[in-house]
Amino acid sequence: MNRDDLAKRILDLLTEIAPDVEASSVIPGIDFRDQFDFDSMDTLNFAIALHRELGVEVPETDYSQLASLDKCVGYLESRVT
Amino acid sequence: MPSEFRLPALGADMDEGTIVEWHVEAGSRVKRGDVVAIVETDKGAIDVEIFEDGVVREIVVQPGTRVPVGTVLALLDTGGSPPAAETTAAGRGEAHTPSLAPAGEGAGGVHEVGLVPPPASSRVRISPAARKHARELGVEVESLHGTGPGGAVTLEDVEGAAKGASSPPPSPAEAGEGGGMRAAIAAAMSRSKREIPHYYLSTAVDVTATTEWLAVHNASVPVTGRLLFAALLVKALALTCRDNPGFSGYHRDGRYEESAAVHVGVAVALRGGGLVAPAIMDTADKPLAQLMDEFRALVSRARAGRLRASELAAPTIILTSLGEATVDAVFPIIQPPQVAIVGAGAVAARPWVVDGQVVPRQVLTLSLGADHRVTDGRLGAQFLAKLAQRLVDPGSL
Repeated sequence: MNRDDLAKRILDLLTEIAPDVEASSVIPGIDFRDQFDFDSMDTLNFAIALHRELGVEVPETDYSQLASLDKCVGYLESRVT
Repeated sequence: MPSEFRLPALGADMDEGTIVEWHVEAGSRVKRGDVVAIVETDKGAIDVEIFEDGVVREIVVQPGTRVPVGTVLALLDTGGSPPAAETTAAGRGEAHTPSLAPAGEGAGGVHEVGLVPPPASSRVRISPAARKHARELGVEVESLHGTGPGGAVTLEDVEGAAKGASSPPPSPAEAGEGGGMRAAIAAAMSRSKREIPHYYLSTAVDVTATTEWLAVHNASVPVTGRLLFAALLVKALALTCRDNPGFSGYHRDGRYEESAAVHVGVAVALRGGGLVAPAIMDTADKPLAQLMDEFRALVSRARAGRLRASELAAPTIILTSLGEATVDAVFPIIQPPQVAIVGAGAVAARPWVVDGQVVPRQVLTLSLGADHRVTDGRLGAQFLAKLAQRLVDPGSL
């Protein structure tokens, strides 16, 4: 999966777990928390979706690396086959 | 004689609803708790459950019809003895039930709930029911001018657009931030501050052991089995309520009634503004894993605008956890007819004295808003102390 495809996939998952967030409004470099009040429940749902759809199990200690779209892509790039 | 299934009220200010869809028809067998209809109110679409077992004899109110609260929507053959069935139906239709409805029957009694279900989306605010109807009628929801709460697109807007009629512009009151939901919150909180003599207590708790326990637990289970700190709080609160009467129940008609079951309502902030506080039913009886699953599902449905009538009517006490917003403490306002509410601030590293030394510890400030008509500060202090004890002993949860 190339970077763009991965980013699109992540956005799809993000809007699936947070249907009240619009994909086109997500700014890649800004933390989800600062953009749309992403909280610990959202983060957990996001981690569960990443595991289910991409097969990546993100430990709690790595949650900070899922904080924005850019960070997600960077973190997941080497982990997704 | 058949039992009557009536339109339940979800708040003092809810007086009408529109039947959007029936999930059952004449002859359908139903069990207590089944969602039988979707009803759109001026606060959003709500799944309405039935509160008796039986067979549907007749659908009385057809989809698209707007009716007042208390209207008989359907008739049900319950197989019970006629007088009992009649009494039950009548009792549930009254505005004041003489005693607390048992667990699961919250939708039947007219409990007052000021925190209301949200519109489905922050971009085009529209209930799932109205969206579905728009699809059926071939109406573009994006082009509609919503007249509902917060500019939400209502069934009437969809129908108006389908007929070629343009929706009237929203009134200033409706167009305000949060719209109808804001008005409902304002009404409930004003009533609370007017009628309930609140007292407030707070206590700072060293929860380092709990956060460490949680980290170990979450590292040892699959991602779907991870717990949130808030889930521990919910369980600790439910168990504390069970052991300490005076905080979980309803004050109605001049007297307090303790609820036999503890249904902790969790305040969920909505990204589009406003909040709802649906209940995790029978909170004290559920193992943590199950409680966490239900908590997760509840928050998702709250944000998608698909709550059940019973969940909104049921809370016997509410937990408001503003920890994520990094405030130190909350001074929470009771949701009538409840008599207490618990707030949790941020869990954060603070200087703390242990054995005469100042050391960094993970500290959380718990607070309690309680009703002086029911309890005094001493009982409230005991309640908070017991809650703190539970919370720092996660093995007991």
